[in-house]
Amino acid sequence: MFSFTVRSFFQKLVTLFFISIISFLVVYLAPGEPSQIDPLNPKFTVEDLQRFRQEFNLDKPLHEQYYLYYKNLFTGQLKSWKDNQPVLGKIYERFKNSLWLFIVGTLITWCLSFPVGIHAAINRGSVFDRTSTFFAYVLISIPSFFFAYILIIFVVKTFNISVIGMQTFGMSGADSIYQIMDRVWHLVIPSILGALGGIALLSRYVRAQMLEVIHQDYIRTARAKGLSEDQVYYKHGFRNALLPFVTMFGLILPGLIGGSVIIESIFAWPGMGRMGYEAILARDYPIILTINFMAAVLVLIGTFISDLLYMVVDPRIRL
Amino acid sequence: MINNDNDTTDLHLGMAEEVSRFTEAWRIFNKNRLALWGLVIFTVFFLVAVSGLVLTVGDNPVLDPAKVRLSEKLLPPVSPVDTEMVKPEDRPFAGIYLLGTDDLGRDVLARMMQGAWVSLTVGFVAVGIAVLIGIIMGGLAGYYGNVRINFMQLLAMAAFFTSMVFLISGQKEMAINFMTASALFVSFSIVYYFVSVKGSGDPGAMRFFFFDTVSVDSLIMRFVDIMLCFPSFFLILTVVAILPASIYNIMIVIGLTGWMGTTRFVRAEFLSLREQDFVSAARAMGIRDMSIIFRHMIPNAIAPVLVSATIGIAGAILTEAGLSFLGFGVPPPHATWGNILSDGKRFLFDAPWLTYIPGLSILVVVLAFNLFGEGLRDALNPRLRKR
Amino acid sequence: MSNSEAILKIKDLKVYFDTDAGVVKSVDGVDLEIKKGTTLGLVGESGCGKSVTCLSIPRLIESPPGRIAGGEIIYKGKNLLELSEKDMQGIRGNDISMIFQEPMTSLNPVFTIGDQIQEVIMLHQHKTSAEARELTLRILKKVGIPSPEIRIDDYPHQMSGGMKQRVIIAMALSCSPDLLIADEPTTALDVTIQVQILDLMRSLQDELGMSILLVTHDLGVVASMASHVAIMYASKIVEYGPVEQIFSNPGHPYTLGLFTSIPVVGRGKRDLYVIPGNVPDPLAFPRGCKFWPRCVFAEDICRSQEPFLENIGEGHTAACHFRGKIDKHLWKEKTNTGSFLNISR
Repeated sequence: MFSFTVRSFFQKLVTLFFISIISFLVVYLAPGEPSQIDPLNPKFTVEDLQRFRQEFNLDKPLHEQYYLYYKNLFTGQLKSWKDNQPVLGKIYERFKNSLWLFIVGTLITWCLSFPVGIHAAINRGSVFDRTSTFFAYVLISIPSFFFAYILIIFVVKTFNISVIGMQTFGMSGADSIYQIMDRVWHLVIPSILGALGGIALLSRYVRAQMLEVIHQDYIRTARAKGLSEDQVYYKHGFRNALLPFVTMFGLILPGLIGGSVIIESIFAWPGMGRMGYEAILARDYPIILTINFMAAVLVLIGTFISDLLYMVVDPRIRL
Repeated sequence: MINNDNDTTDLHLGMAEEVSRFTEAWRIFNKNRLALWGLVIFTVFFLVAVSGLVLTVGDNPVLDPAKVRLSEKLLPPVSPVDTEMVKPEDRPFAGIYLLGTDDLGRDVLARMMQGAWVSLTVGFVAVGIAVLIGIIMGGLAGYYGNVRINFMQLLAMAAFFTSMVFLISGQKEMAINFMTASALFVSFSIVYYFVSVKGSGDPGAMRFFFFDTVSVDSLIMRFVDIMLCFPSFFLILTVVAILPASIYNIMIVIGLTGWMGTTRFVRAEFLSLREQDFVSAARAMGIRDMSIIFRHMIPNAIAPVLVSATIGIAGAILTEAGLSFLGFGVPPPHATWGNILSDGKRFLFDAPWLTYIPGLSILVVVLAFNLFGEGLRDALNPRLRKR
Repeated sequence: MSNSEAILKIKDLKVYFDTDAGVVKSVDGVDLEIKKGTTLGLVGESGCGKSVTCLSIPRLIESPPGRIAGGEIIYKGKNLLELSEKDMQGIRGNDISMIFQEPMTSLNPVFTIGDQIQEVIMLHQHKTSAEARELTLRILKKVGIPSPEIRIDDYPHQMSGGMKQRVIIAMALSCSPDLLIADEPTTALDVTIQVQILDLMRSLQDELGMSILLVTHDLGVVASMASHVAIMYASKIVEYGPVEQIFSNPGHPYTLGLFTSIPVVGRGKRDLYVIPGNVPDPLAFPRGCKFWPRCVFAEDICRSQEPFLENIGEGHTAACHFRGKIDKHLWKEKTNTGSFLNISR
């Protein structure tokens, strides 16, 4: 078990090295000068450009830029091109906001997908199964921003409350209970929206897994023992169906960044996804690069965690 | 063996009729009502897209998606054209705006028809690229997976790619250096090959540079793992935003970030096909690898690829819409459903049809692709068939 | 033996499966009887309906697509088909146990074998987990698992196929059932392990006095285990009787075919007999006797009328128009083989 952990860790390190190269190349190999932050700005003279290039090492050869970039990133000295603030600090600020959306969204996703998926699998072909299947497909197929708009109009018109941003403007004078409720509202709607796609995918996956499991021989054995249907499904079936989701548990970490660009943009939520989008608009390469790199690192960490979890959960993998 | 002088035709009286794979798959598919609807909508969409292409091209198209009529802006669907304000040659087909007009007075029907073709093209080309890369990579990993790459080949490859990187970044000197190095490594390999394999001479100390490193399979699959680490939408957004705005860049970028799933499918399929008797038999008869791969293996591996391609097209259409929403979609003058929808968002309250028409169209078409794809998967997957 | 009472009586059992292509009549009017403390061998080719018959006794047919369309399964005077699901759960694993064909996949991979056996004991005998563990250890020892104190905490994947089948037998016997249904218990095992498992079952039967329904396609297994044999072909029983009678005087050409198709050492490959044709498609059974397209004796009556089980000896029935009158010389002539009596107990 220890050797497996060590081996897996070193494999991940090698992968990390290649990820660092690719995320660097993706941004730096693009045509056009990265230093053309704002070519229309009349104050941006040729001398400014020269100074800018020097300051951000853009005049150095590519491999040196690579080295300097990651050196600065890991020592916390990497600065945004736009406002000269340290990148890590900026990302941390936004990370705190994204974390809320992420936690609530993940909770909603996991709490809904499992009951729906299992129920659909056990009652395969029932009305519930067919309806949930159809709605899952609708949720997967709908453009998220289109759906967001429909939902916003619905909420604003029905409940007459605003949902854009992290809180309603001008609420600071109100009672703390109102302020908290306001915050919850502003959190729940984008979380639900962000979670819907996940619910659809995950519940389908749970259903497929559960269907796979309940046709196994050991389920028949469990029935032949005289166990009740509930015991058969929830004790013998569920434990086995759960195994693959340990892997998924590791894979939800990167959802912190990747899945949230559109939702955060619509709801003006100052999180990491929106930050990435703003950085792309401003061609703020250090931030773009760092976010891509961090997302990939999160996936690596996630897979590492799920490797470890798998060993704990599945007796067959204990080495 | 006993010879049986009974009438042999009798023996088949009670037997099941041989059903072809296609008929069997179609029978299963036919029973799946959702998938059948998916196929119907898929076909209708295809016809709309093709007629959209035909009707909106040329100097004087039947439906002109680009005609600006500022006097006729934001008209709701089924509005008749104002015959006094609009010149006869500017009027829409049949004198009616079937789906209304947008903020520039352009005919939404014409734009939707044009957009159908563009969206379809984006989906097909992007997925085509992804599938092509996926089949090649997956095929290599699945068929030649056991082949090990020696140290010198690895060096040559690394040098080649580094050289390419420097070439693109404009540092010609470094590029030439690495290219030379790569060429050196390759020629070294050729010399080694002739000495040790052909000439059966003793390579001696040269052998040190040719120890086996990783296998083809692990090289490709680790690369897949690395690519899967990146958040795909954000990566696509980054690259599309950095590159000059163009419909081709979008197709290529979506394609280049979407091949990993196909690679995994094809590899898995090839690995299991390789072990099957008909492939072993073909190999034992001395049939060349290429013809085994193309004659025997790809036709058998194509089913899961088709399924993932169908679902991939749906994904590509959605991705394009998302990019459009963020302002990095297919640039004008091309209309896509994605950019009609994202343009419409500014008039959500004044002209809701500008949001609902493209939004619902995307929903229906993407849904159709997904349902069709899933139906196809069920029909083609014999393992699920028994249930 | 013949006057002891029957523990299980199956009357006119019909099990149908609704499939896309039509209704598959997997079991179509089967009558069986198992006497207390004896073993009934149920023999037939794969797909003839013997596994479905087994599964329908404790009502484990998956529904849909399967359903029990008619008949009675009378266990100790009660018709199992009329019991509530809850009462049935009390019978499964307690009175009627099953052993399945695939020991490799019949154990749940995420629980230890100890947990899986204790579960049955705690469920039916209302024991505390400590007592159940004690009983589990005892039964594991009984089925011949070496050092059960250690193996009890093993997961299934840590055991060999033969060991797993022993665990499954232990699980089935943990509540001392009166009827054990063994669905091809040795098919998936090596020959040497097969003998051990069969020996184990026989000695446990002597010890516990249970009845066994043994499903197999191996006539050798039947010869060594069973007191009665039922031959099943195309969803029906075609011959039933005491094992000696069936082996010495088979009354159905299919039974004859089964015996003749067993290879015998020293007789040479040339003579190996194969019943011509295949098992008929259950969606399109031939008219008349279902065996006629493969039967060397078939005549016009076979093609038009279906034969019923009728007595051909003491407790020996067969469903053939020529029951009991099959000319052995004609058989030899027609099939080009030596004596069909190449099996002896």
